[in-house]
Amino acid sequence: MDQFVLLRHRNTPNIHQLSVYGDYAALRKAVTSMQPAEVIDVVKASGLRGRGGAGFPAGVKWSFIPKDRFPHYVTVNGDESEPGTFKDRELMEFNPHQVIEGSAIAAYATGATRVYHYLRGEFKPIARVMQKAIDEAYAAGYLGKNVFGSNVEIQMVVHLGAGAYICGEESALLESLEGKMGQPRLRPPFPAIAGLYAQPTVVNNTETMANVPYIINNGADAYKKMGTEKSPGPKVFCLSGSVKRPGNYEAELGKITFRDLIFGEQFGQGMLEGRSVKAILPSGASGPIVTDAVLDVPLDYESVAAAGSILGSASMIIIDDSFDMVWAAGKVMHFFRHESCGKCTPCREGTFWLEKQYNRILAGKAKLSDIQLLGEVANQMVGKCLCPLGEFATSPVLSSLKHFQKEYDALASDAKKPVPTKK
Amino acid sequence: MNKLFDKYQTEVDQILDKYPSDRKRSAVLPLLYIAQQEYGYCTPDAISDVAEIAGVSSTEVESVVGFYTLFYDHPTGKHVVQICNDLPCALRGSDKFLDHACAKLKLDKHHVEHGGATTEDGSITLESVVCLAACDKAPMMQVDLEYHERLTNEQFDQIIDGLKK
Ligand SMILES: Cc1cc2nc3c(=O)[nH]c(=O)nc-3n(C[C@H](O)[C@H](O)[C@H](O)COP(=O)(O)O)c2cc1C
Ligand code: SF4
Ligand code: FES
Repeated sequence: MDQFVLLRHRNTPNIHQLSVYGDYAALRKAVTSMQPAEVIDVVKASGLRGRGGAGFPAGVKWSFIPKDRFPHYVTVNGDESEPGTFKDRELMEFNPHQVIEGSAIAAYATGATRVYHYLRGEFKPIARVMQKAIDEAYAAGYLGKNVFGSNVEIQMVVHLGAGAYICGEESALLESLEGKMGQPRLRPPFPAIAGLYAQPTVVNNTETMANVPYIINNGADAYKKMGTEKSPGPKVFCLSGSVKRPGNYEAELGKITFRDLIFGEQFGQGMLEGRSVKAILPSGASGPIVTDAVLDVPLDYESVAAAGSILGSASMIIIDDSFDMVWAAGKVMHFFRHESCGKCTPCREGTFWLEKQYNRILAGKAKLSDIQLLGEVANQMVGKCLCPLGEFATSPVLSSLKHFQKEYDALASDAKKPVPTKK
Repeated sequence: MNKLFDKYQTEVDQILDKYPSDRKRSAVLPLLYIAQQEYGYCTPDAISDVAEIAGVSSTEVESVVGFYTLFYDHPTGKHVVQICNDLPCALRGSDKFLDHACAKLKLDKHHVEHGGATTEDGSITLESVVCLAACDKAPMMQVDLEYHERLTNEQFDQIIDGLKK
């Protein structure tokens, strides 16, 4: 892609300054010439799907906001704590006005007077950049009591979390924003009906918001020309692990494959010297691990799902053949044990037990029967947890067992010949 | 007496302004950041100051402190250094980098990996943490929540020596 829609700072240096970014033409157009319902219709027609993982259509979500109960809130999810994900950070750090403008349009469309950008606590330096950009937008009259001189009010606040992956889950995020422990809520009701302070609330990912100005400026048809029919538009892919050039790369959904992303000249430029692709985690820690068999699968929601995993937030962790997969799955399990919020027993106890078993297996203290039990315990957790984290935690176990059972068995104390773990 | 309120009145007012006036509880996290800076960690006084301003009980603030990793209910070193050793960073040598850091600071890696450890002179707390959204720039760390990325062992030493001055 030569012309970026999202990572526009790569074409236009200093776009974090309002004077370079421009005059919020999309927000102006929406507020001064469109009804809120028209804005929702355009976003619906564009087919924009949420970029936070689940891929739910943004315009449809906005249309769920009831019109008889106020105030409404928009919360922007910049918690970005999924291992392997670092796209929202780049967007906020280098192209903050586009995120701000998109979220202001969402506020106008849904009748919200206040927007909260929830950033993970470790994003303190990024919050400074966002705050500066928001201050500029206020000074220019693009935010505040009379946006573009109309009587539309949009206030915007940056709120820092304090270190907890679970706060990326939308109902936990709302709890956290209310000053409580970030534990998921029982649903329904969904945030659109009872969200922040039990009021109607939109929750969208930061990158989702960054798509909105383009849609308003250029129309749904122009947007739909990018990507595929079911997965339209551009996407930022986070590439990490054993590639020559890790980083964020923007491409149209479904127009590149895993192979393109890893080996393409304008993308990862191939594997590190002498290494080959052994496994891929397409959605950070939170999706099934796949093998090099998927290399020619296009990167859109449907294709990756058909290949046995999920596109999620498109955080591709590439593991090469010098690493042991039991070690890798154990790392992921450590993450989930650490981040389980403790609210429900299957997840709290299950992740604790699973991590312990991984340590035992890696230390050569487990038997073949223990490895079998590993899969059984993970299977028992499926469907019994309050929020998706508990289920996410099982997928690295089950998928690595499926593809790499031999590596597990080789570590068992009663296996024919134990093989030491490589790191 | 509310030391936090007396000393940081402007900041506290600015924070409270960000939330609806009947939703002061939302200020708990931002207030805890100030309180922790003022008191060194989330002491009982810090917690009761925050509780009073936000209009909730100290017990509720305590549970918040316990829930989030960036709040400490015990003293830490003057600087907190967090090295990421999650999967993507570990695929790029963060484990060896962490080894070096432990050696340089004379800290036991097991402690660093299980809740963190503090140098004898009390200057630095080192923690091994999960993903910090900088996986393409490993090995990396945050020092008092500021990013330091694509680090060599030598750069680590320089940064640490700078902190100890
Ligand atoms: C455990 C867990 C962690 C999540 N972390 C994030 C996150 O860091 N950022 C994000 O945008 N969505 C995250 N989500 C998804 C949110 O719950 C929600 O679906 C999303 O913010 C909606 O925005 P979107 O429709 O624009 O994608 C997470 C979900 C779960 C279950
Ligand atoms: S599944 Fe895990 S993270 Fe989710 S609510 Fe239950 S304990 Fe918390
Ligand atoms: S894994 Fe280290 S920053 Fe993401």
